[in-house]
Amino acid sequence: MLQPGKLSKALKSGAIWGFIVLELLFFSIAGEFMSLSDKAFMDFENMLLLLKQSAPIGIIAMGMTIVMINGNIDLSVGAIFAIAAIILLDSMSWPIFAGLGDWVIPVAWLLALAGGTLLGALNGLIVWKTGVDAFIVTLGSMLGFRGIVFMFNGENPTSQLNWTLVDFAEAEFLGLATASWFLLIVTLAIWFLMTKTVHGRNAYAIGDNREAAVNAGIRVGPHMMINFSIIGFLAALSAVVFYSESGSVNPNDGQLYELWVITAVVLGGTKITGGAGSVIGTFGGVIAIQLLRKGLGHIGADTSTVNLVMGLILIAVLFLDRQLNIKGKEELKI
Amino acid sequence: MATLTKQQIGSVLAKQGILIAFAVFMIVFTLANAKFLSMDNVFSVVRSSAILGVMALGVTFVVISGNLDLSVGSMMSFSTIVVLDLHDKIGPLLAIPAMFAMTLGLGAFIGFLVGYLRLNSLIVTLGMLSAIHGLTLTYSGGQNMDIADKEGTWFSVFGQGTALGIPVPILIFVALAAFLGLVLAKTPFGRKVYAVGGNGTAATFSGIRRARTVFTCYLISAGCVATAGLIQASRSLGSQNTVGQGLELEVLAAVILGGASLLGGSGTLFKTVIGVLILGFIQNGLLLVGLQFYVQFVVTWVIIILAVWLDIAAKRGKLWSQIA
Repeated sequence: MLQPGKLSKALKSGAIWGFIVLELLFFSIAGEFMSLSDKAFMDFENMLLLLKQSAPIGIIAMGMTIVMINGNIDLSVGAIFAIAAIILLDSMSWPIFAGLGDWVIPVAWLLALAGGTLLGALNGLIVWKTGVDAFIVTLGSMLGFRGIVFMFNGENPTSQLNWTLVDFAEAEFLGLATASWFLLIVTLAIWFLMTKTVHGRNAYAIGDNREAAVNAGIRVGPHMMINFSIIGFLAALSAVVFYSESGSVNPNDGQLYELWVITAVVLGGTKITGGAGSVIGTFGGVIAIQLLRKGLGHIGADTSTVNLVMGLILIAVLFLDRQLNIKGKEELKI
Repeated sequence: MATLTKQQIGSVLAKQGILIAFAVFMIVFTLANAKFLSMDNVFSVVRSSAILGVMALGVTFVVISGNLDLSVGSMMSFSTIVVLDLHDKIGPLLAIPAMFAMTLGLGAFIGFLVGYLRLNSLIVTLGMLSAIHGLTLTYSGGQNMDIADKEGTWFSVFGQGTALGIPVPILIFVALAAFLGLVLAKTPFGRKVYAVGGNGTAATFSGIRRARTVFTCYLISAGCVATAGLIQASRSLGSQNTVGQGLELEVLAAVILGGASLLGGSGTLFKTVIGVLILGFIQNGLLLVGLQFYVQFVVTWVIIILAVWLDIAAKRGKLWSQIA
């Protein structure tokens, strides 16, 4: 027998993929009439490119999924992204590494990743030790980290072009670009972490009911700190993947990334209050957003329309989620 | 006895901590630089804080009612662009009410979504941040907006004028703060805002229309944003369409610094004003002692976390959190 809860659950978990199919259909058909280029939207090459372009947001979104399932949020990812990019590009020209030749690349990568992880851990430590809400802590560090970015080089870009690095970033393996591989591997790793390990189960437990989790003996503080370190690491990884190719970072880069990332995660069905969500859903959310950006571009709309549509879709999803949510009906209606 | 005194000190610190911090801060910077407390400097700080301050007044209502508003920055860009555009098309006298109507319309839309449909305010206003930004870009065609005749318009009075020797933006800020402060502290509506934010269910059972109260808070916020947009437009008489970008976070920082809890139910308008002034004077003070402009962001970061931390530490009676 089909229970009312089951239908809504099935609708919800499948919704993001249904949405993606809808987007594909719409842009393919609309593209026939409105597109300026002759190329079809559903071109295989185009879809591969889409996966590659999803990588910077997608990699961070995986970390945000854990943090949000935990019942927290991280607004500082865009700033961490920028700091990691600066560490990556600047450290390659440090005199101490001059003798390393191309071996400077892994060193710079490690430094950037370590930097991001540390900043994330700092957020987590503050949340844990002070008990201040993650929203406030990361709102503050979003300002603070961005300040550090600007203090480093003012309004000027930091650039360092290393051709070995560019070659690596532009390389393709089995038909997929380096960035796409990183996105897929991170998705798989976080999926494994969330579904197959104790850490993942604890994350859901804490987000669902923190009191109960504490009573069950889960050490909530260190757990949250690990998750903030993971998202810091992933924000840095995203920067490492992206800036290996572009080779130049502006101090404003990564601004509003938190917005895109949170949008992707919420579209993917993760609850803002924590306790529910899935990595695969987030992956769908990331693809859906990138499809929207690309598709609107394909039919000749500009960025302003993308912003408008994106915001309205986010609200619409929230509305649908509320309507489908059985629990919501039990709440007091005024 | 000793513990009692300690507790008393703690509670005084918790209640007036923000004022004490403000006083200490002002003394230190006055000692560091004599110009800091001069009339000219104070006026210039308050005047440049007025736009942020006016927006923070409205957001305080929203936060006390237990919600968030992240859309005020892009809404302010919208108001600024719209009023500048309409100024040349239908004249300032009609442009101002038209702009207010449009901004209030946006506020009503958010209020409807959060109040009546009870959607999560963080996500709704995050979506609206993006959507209104798109709307502004579409409206302006991506172009900067400028008033054609900058010399001959009386429109500049809101941002550049002075009355009784005091800059008009300051007067607007002070008058609005006093008026809204009275509304929040002395009227039944104000008490409803606290009740809804403190415990929405209890408020509902005691006959308060929760949805309508939240809706009104967003209208107030939108009205404040429109006022801020008016000051901004009048001050510069021309604007980029991203003028308010990022302001939502500074506004929120000021409100939090003022001690309003993001959980709702607490905070006062007076303390928000103090929060705004602290941010303004920090920025100014750091520049006066010769530090880089961007250092203020790092200092703001530290101050926000310290302020909130000490506040909740005093409430729970322990410095470190109880999280295992």
